[in-house]
Amino acid sequence: MATSALDHAPHAPAEKTGLWSWLTTVDHKRIGILYGATAFIFFLLGGLEALVIRLQLMKPDQQLVSPDFYNQLFTMHGTSMIFLAVMPLSAMFFNFFIPLQIGARDVAFPRLNAFSYWVFLLGGLFINSSFLINAAPNAGWFGYANLTSPQFSSGPNTDFWFLGLQILGVASIAAAVNFFVTIVNMRAPGMTLLRMPMFVWMSFITQILLLLAFPVITVALFYLMFDRHFGTHFFIPSGGGDPILWQHLFWIFGHPEVYILILPAFGIISEVLPVFSRKPLFGYTAMVFSGAFIAFLGFGVWSHHMFSTGMGPFADAFFSLTTMLIAVPTGVKIFNWIGTIWGGSLQFKTAMYFALGFIAMFIIGGLSGVMHSSPPADLQQTDTYFVVAHFHYVLFGGSIFALTAGAYYWWPKMFGRLLDEGLGKLHFWLMFLGFNLTFAPMHILGLNGMPRRVYTYPEGLGFEFWNMVETVGAFLIAISMLVFMYNVWRTRRGPATAGADPWHGATLEWAIPSPPPEFNFAEIPTVGSSTPQWDTRRAAGGQLPEPAPHSGEGIHMPNPSIKPLITAVGMSILMISIMFTHAAWPWWAMTLAGLAVMLYGIFSWAFEPAG
Amino acid sequence: MSTAAHAAHPETTTGIDNRKVAIWAFIGSECLFFATLISTYLVYKGKSISGPMPADIFEIPLVTFGTAVLLFSSFFVVLALNGAQRGDRKKLITWLSLTVLCGLFFVGMQVYEFQHFYHKGLGLGTNLFGSSFYVLTGFHGTHVTLGVIWLSTLLVQAIKGNIPPRKALNLEIAALYWHFVDVVWIVIFPVVYLMR
Repeated sequence: MATSALDHAPHAPAEKTGLWSWLTTVDHKRIGILYGATAFIFFLLGGLEALVIRLQLMKPDQQLVSPDFYNQLFTMHGTSMIFLAVMPLSAMFFNFFIPLQIGARDVAFPRLNAFSYWVFLLGGLFINSSFLINAAPNAGWFGYANLTSPQFSSGPNTDFWFLGLQILGVASIAAAVNFFVTIVNMRAPGMTLLRMPMFVWMSFITQILLLLAFPVITVALFYLMFDRHFGTHFFIPSGGGDPILWQHLFWIFGHPEVYILILPAFGIISEVLPVFSRKPLFGYTAMVFSGAFIAFLGFGVWSHHMFSTGMGPFADAFFSLTTMLIAVPTGVKIFNWIGTIWGGSLQFKTAMYFALGFIAMFIIGGLSGVMHSSPPADLQQTDTYFVVAHFHYVLFGGSIFALTAGAYYWWPKMFGRLLDEGLGKLHFWLMFLGFNLTFAPMHILGLNGMPRRVYTYPEGLGFEFWNMVETVGAFLIAISMLVFMYNVWRTRRGPATAGADPWHGATLEWAIPSPPPEFNFAEIPTVGSSTPQWDTRRAAGGQLPEPAPHSGEGIHMPNPSIKPLITAVGMSILMISIMFTHAAWPWWAMTLAGLAVMLYGIFSWAFEPAG
Repeated sequence: MSTAAHAAHPETTTGIDNRKVAIWAFIGSECLFFATLISTYLVYKGKSISGPMPADIFEIPLVTFGTAVLLFSSFFVVLALNGAQRGDRKKLITWLSLTVLCGLFFVGMQVYEFQHFYHKGLGLGTNLFGSSFYVLTGFHGTHVTLGVIWLSTLLVQAIKGNIPPRKALNLEIAALYWHFVDVVWIVIFPVVYLMR
């Protein structure tokens, strides 16, 4: 083995920096950072939409925005937060940490991984570009039939929505195949399935949900496309179609989607709690199987979103019971988390604050969810702010709190710098307070009959006080995000002194330098338990030296490639061309152009050496 | 320490090639895609408010023949794969060509059938039957077309001598996809054409 001067050369050769290196990157860590940065911007946009909604609802009878623009705001808020913020923020952690936690050098298909990111970016930009022509989607994130039919939605609004979601779906399925294979096939020697970190387990289950749920909405969106552009009547009653079919297809996708949003969060929490409690995760196997059981039941509860459509007593009873049943494995998880911190030597770092906040907030959201499982109660609650309160407690109090915990926990590994703890705790308290001020009163307003999705409310119904409180809370959340961004900015300017393992973590990512080198592991580790880094630490008597830097010489890494981006652009052009079927110019020319670019991308990709 | 860490292609955890696991995962996903299409067809069966109805236009003999051709192509691609694995180039090229021809015949049959139905008055938007029929069989036909393009690409590679036995997996993966497309048709054919 020749050791040369290269060992001491600066770490970044020319082709590792600059715009081109990012456009062609196939490194899962860089793709993870791209996912995170992009999703965070979309998250801020979605948050901005929420702030305008709260300003409009701050007082009764306000005219800050028009009713139609209000429809666009709540539709884009929901669509952005689900598809452009929470899912890709989870994808950031999948990308960065699945390979690190299983001891792999990259994902199974690095170029496919880049393709997923580019498709996600293009889909997100496309759907948001609708604001530029004042025609953002306005039929709700669930796009219920009839609201989306050509008769009731003649503008391009719904086209942006269904084409955007269709593009994003391709990114999700491609990424799901990739991570599924990565987890099945690229684990370090010794890492049996029941030694995988819990984050990897929950991510694995999420990929299976993505693989099985997204095809259903893909087909539903195709039907919508045919209804809007090619004269069919899948969801149009005048031609015999049934709008309720849309609801079934949407929620057969939509309920598993809820678990796609929350299972990665469960995984993050199951990583953070043991490390800051200095105890292994309580009930590891029960955690795995409860996660799998939640996912399985997740496909059998969709119609609890549809009790008000009048499905009859048998269907109501069935979906009511399955929905109650799903609370059992969820309860198992919560008790196991409490069991994990019980008797531990707790370290109250910011990540731990957010993780504990998650448990409390998610319990509240879970309990109001069980309330919805009773059809008679649900009929009172549906379409009111009570439901809005419920899903924000699980998606914001759940997913966003957990993702934030993950950000504080993994930031030093991603960037080699620790986020400031003082600012972090300020972030937590502002967000915790703001969150509860915003969403707790929605329970009361909902039970008092305030309807969702209505742009204003008249004076004298008793809604004034709590709406004002909610708006104040929403701005506290905004301020907490400013604190977070200031923290990130300040940390970036500081020295990279985090070291490999600042938290004394349990899993493999903490065994390598921070930020990790391109090849991750100089030597692939061998794993003997679900807490391999604790094993190493114990064997070393508690103190571990910083891992020695490695030049990466002799380690074979995949070549960068521009082909994933080309393919993604071609596919997006192909799909977006459907928007213009009613235009005067030959829209199919655009279809063919997109197809040509996509085929060029695919074929040159297939025949390009992967490295 | 061993040199395993420096091997160009490290062993996978399961011992199965990544691409093979991927195509199986993708096929699992595709099952839900076709399950949704077939369910919709069944839900809307007999719900059309105007004709033509299935009994008015189906021509069972032609589509039965097309079905047989498609199913035989699944057998042919197995023979082609066997040729590839044994390094028998002649066998590989012969049976792979026949597979592609069978696929092309099936697509051609479908194009003819669609045109024929259209002239008999069944357009895409004529009634629910037309919509659910064309979209279901159309998406299946699109899958067959993509399979034909994939297998043709491999055929060109085989003729160029680029599929030696160690690369037979390239064909095996395409063949798995091809079998799946055929298996889906085994469901679609009776559900759409034979069930009354």
